[in-house]
Amino acid sequence: MVEPAALATLEDSPRMKTNTVRSHDNASVHDERGEAARSRFIKLSLASLRFGPGLILVILVLTLGLCSQYFFTARNLGNVLAQTAAIAVLAMGQHLVILTRGIDLSVGSVLALSSVVGALVYRQVHSGTLIIAVMIGTGLAVGFVNGFVYVWGRLPHPFIITLATLSIARGLALELAGGAAIPGMPDIILFLGGGSIGGVPASALAACAVALALAGMTRWLVWGRWIYSVGGNPDAARRTGIPTKGVLLSVYMISGAAAGIGAVLTSGRTAAGSPLFGNLAELDSIAAVIIGGASFLGGRGHIGHALIGALMIGIIRNALNLLNVDIFFQLIVIGVIIVLAVEADVLRGRLEARFRVLQSLGVK
Amino acid sequence: MMSGTASKGEASNPDSLLEGPPELALRNISKRFGAIVALDDVSLEVNRGEVLALLGDNGAGKSTLIKCISGVHHVDSGVIELSGKPVQIRSPADARSVGIETVYQDLALFDNLGPSANFYAGRELAGPSWLPRGMRILRGREMDKATRKLLDQLRVVLPNFDAVIGLLSGGQRQAVAVARAAAFATRVVVLDEPTAALGVRETRQVLDLIAHLRNQNNAVILITHNMDHVIDIADRAVVMRRGRKVGEIKPKRENQQQIVSMIVGA
Repeated sequence: MVEPAALATLEDSPRMKTNTVRSHDNASVHDERGEAARSRFIKLSLASLRFGPGLILVILVLTLGLCSQYFFTARNLGNVLAQTAAIAVLAMGQHLVILTRGIDLSVGSVLALSSVVGALVYRQVHSGTLIIAVMIGTGLAVGFVNGFVYVWGRLPHPFIITLATLSIARGLALELAGGAAIPGMPDIILFLGGGSIGGVPASALAACAVALALAGMTRWLVWGRWIYSVGGNPDAARRTGIPTKGVLLSVYMISGAAAGIGAVLTSGRTAAGSPLFGNLAELDSIAAVIIGGASFLGGRGHIGHALIGALMIGIIRNALNLLNVDIFFQLIVIGVIIVLAVEADVLRGRLEARFRVLQSLGVK
Repeated sequence: MMSGTASKGEASNPDSLLEGPPELALRNISKRFGAIVALDDVSLEVNRGEVLALLGDNGAGKSTLIKCISGVHHVDSGVIELSGKPVQIRSPADARSVGIETVYQDLALFDNLGPSANFYAGRELAGPSWLPRGMRILRGREMDKATRKLLDQLRVVLPNFDAVIGLLSGGQRQAVAVARAAAFATRVVVLDEPTAALGVRETRQVLDLIAHLRNQNNAVILITHNMDHVIDIADRAVVMRRGRKVGEIKPKRENQQQIVSMIVGA
């Protein structure tokens, strides 16, 4: 006979994975000096783990500066930032989704669809703010569909629905645009995508603005806390009365809106809307989040991780270009880096747990 | 499978010495999952300042019963009363808002968050109040301070207050979960096997916390398999078997054997 209570607990899994971390009472005695040195070592290790991705970024930049004389030129750096901006914005939206243990595969296609819809509206109405609103609105709408179908359609995982909208949005963009780019963008978008302020690309500044807004919201608002709660333990979130469904819906909508902003930046850079924009951008954005050091298992990491990851990808691309590595090989390199980054995430999690346990034993 | 001698009620001995309605009363609760009858006409009462042990073998329906109380499951029939008034508990949030706190078997902690975020999950201190709940600004320092104070009061010592819960030891995690219930309980606290998988010292700490909950005049329901704990701390015990209540007894050293035989139905 099947036992209902057992059934219920089965449903309750994902259970705490960190059970393995449970420490044991430590009766061993250490001498004071060794203790202090050890605790300093542990603190240092934890810090370097936390800032690991940032450190790697710095090392990467310095190495590339040595490898190529063009890397540190103002023009090249501006280029890197401008090329990275759209990916960074997508990655930040993706980051929120990944925080809740989800994934949004549709962002690249949504970027294309938003740019096409914007370009089409621009043919009729020449209002910059309206076009921006239309692009972001298109992203929000697809994000709403993603979140709504995932949550209220009771899908087991967002993979399928966002895979579907990846296809639908791309198809829709191609259909609407007749398969070709639609030239023409309002001045404000041209500025955001291609302009610069004091030598810094406006698109990079826009990405920074988005980063600041999202960082503040996730850190200081109740909603931000809820995102981490839902990612940390969805069952517990439900049982503590957190509106899990609304939280999930909101992150997919924000990811969609981020794709809309990405469309603004990309369209501005090329002065057109195109159904071919954002090809494979979903992979870049996911890679950026993981490379940056957020956990694929949800609940861990902050917006800065997504930014660092996006910069790393942008810089690696740029370097491969400068070093004349051909485009096919670049794909392979990015793939390998993703594997390494995910493995590093696993390793980092284990190391951090071990150091924390050591730390807690030391303090006892 | 053995035929149920369920209604025998070997030692029904409800000590109804208190005046006024019980703090929490379940009246004829039934619950089924498909063809499986998980709870069959179960009634019980808990008073303030009392620890009621809920006993039974695996699959007896204890967990289902407390999930009905804490709003995770909905009862098919029967009434839940708080101080004599029937209440509708449709969700865990409902249960919390009427003053029922639950310590689940899996603890329902957020491993990726610190103690204060865990304490205040779903009831974050934030403002201003005219904003929708999610848009309010967290009052993090206030929550930290209150959490620290509560943990101190309950003598729960954490190695590092800023560390996330997932990195604490089993006993510390358990203590945080019980302390969270203790902090917010106003009427009823339900604990599902709170001492499972704990060391001796950690178990002692959790039992002390339970005693503390009782002394604060809560009605406490405790699920455990440990007879020593039952005799140690429970004022009354209700025994369940195969979804039915088969007896109620005052646990003492002398009748330990009797309780065990009620549980296994021998």
